[in-house]
Amino acid sequence: MEGIAQAQAPATMEPAGGMQGFVADWSSDQRAFKNVSWGKAMMWIFLLSDTFIFGCFLLSYMTVRMSTTVPWPNPSEVFALEIAGQHLPLILIAIMTFVLITSSGTMAMAVNCGYRRDRARTAALLLVTALFGAAFVGMQAFEWTKLIHEGVRPWGNPWGAEQFGSAFFMITGFHGTHVTIGVIFLLIVARKVWRGDYDTGRPGFFTSRKGRYEIVEITGLYWHFVDLVWVFIFALFYLW
Amino acid sequence: MAHAADAHPGHGTAAGTAVAHEEGQQHPIRLYLVVWVWLFVLSTFSYLVDYFHLQGMLRWTLILLLMMLKAGLIVAVFMHMKWERLALGYAILLPPVAVLIFMAIMMLEADHTLLSRLQFLSRTPG
Repeated sequence: MEGIAQAQAPATMEPAGGMQGFVADWSSDQRAFKNVSWGKAMMWIFLLSDTFIFGCFLLSYMTVRMSTTVPWPNPSEVFALEIAGQHLPLILIAIMTFVLITSSGTMAMAVNCGYRRDRARTAALLLVTALFGAAFVGMQAFEWTKLIHEGVRPWGNPWGAEQFGSAFFMITGFHGTHVTIGVIFLLIVARKVWRGDYDTGRPGFFTSRKGRYEIVEITGLYWHFVDLVWVFIFALFYLW
Repeated sequence: MAHAADAHPGHGTAAGTAVAHEEGQQHPIRLYLVVWVWLFVLSTFSYLVDYFHLQGMLRWTLILLLMMLKAGLIVAVFMHMKWERLALGYAILLPPVAVLIFMAIMMLEADHTLLSRLQFLSRTPG
């Protein structure tokens, strides 16, 4: 039965593409997201809601920064570090950016290996991704410690507009929380991949449903989103 | 997509007609590597904008352009949006336009607040 369905499917069931397909998908009164599983669709919708949350944080940051009459502290100098006697502006943030992009790359590789059912390589790449993520959180903790020692508080700082502290802690704190949750998420999925859960169809401990390698892609969506948010924070908070 | 269907044997029997279009996304590793390198290059450019202390409109244009390019690459390739059907793409990518409208409103608001502060809370008497 399944064999027949698979043999006939490509010829008869291929839905229309482009704008016609868009209208057909939404008006079919059945299932709008044709080739996307509910898990993936729900992750996308969650990410959309997260986009609004981060969007609102960045908007409120923009509003306070544009409306204050006190000069804004220069991020280039606030986040500068002395490395081997060299004064490098914004260097830690640049390193954090590269670490996160690297982790996004390894994540994309993990998704690819997952769909090729390369169990060992998928698990290894997921672990590497989690490691880069943990490194990112570690550097962020260092950054926070440094700034708090220098006297930055949500209600004031030594260099200028008070709102700098609250915007910084709120935005990077929320992003760091996302990275931390992502690392935990990655470790759980890596363990499942390593154990072969997605090959044997072992039921999950929480949902009791059989997992499959698509979970790796869904985890990947979340992880890439965290990287995506950082792109905006890097540009709008650190480079403005 | 042809081999994606047999990459998941046995799965999806409960999902009914959806089995025909399996949800696997399989793309050459080379593409990911190229995008990865590009993200590195674009990030380096962003950093250099700050390193060379570019200011004014040039700084803004470069920052926003590099930001959009990086975001576009991540969403299109790493998150596979390029290969998804338009129904999903529009459902996810159109709503954030509301954030841009909100941003325009808040820019007006912030300007108004700044002008009021300059006018009424100015340190100089008079």
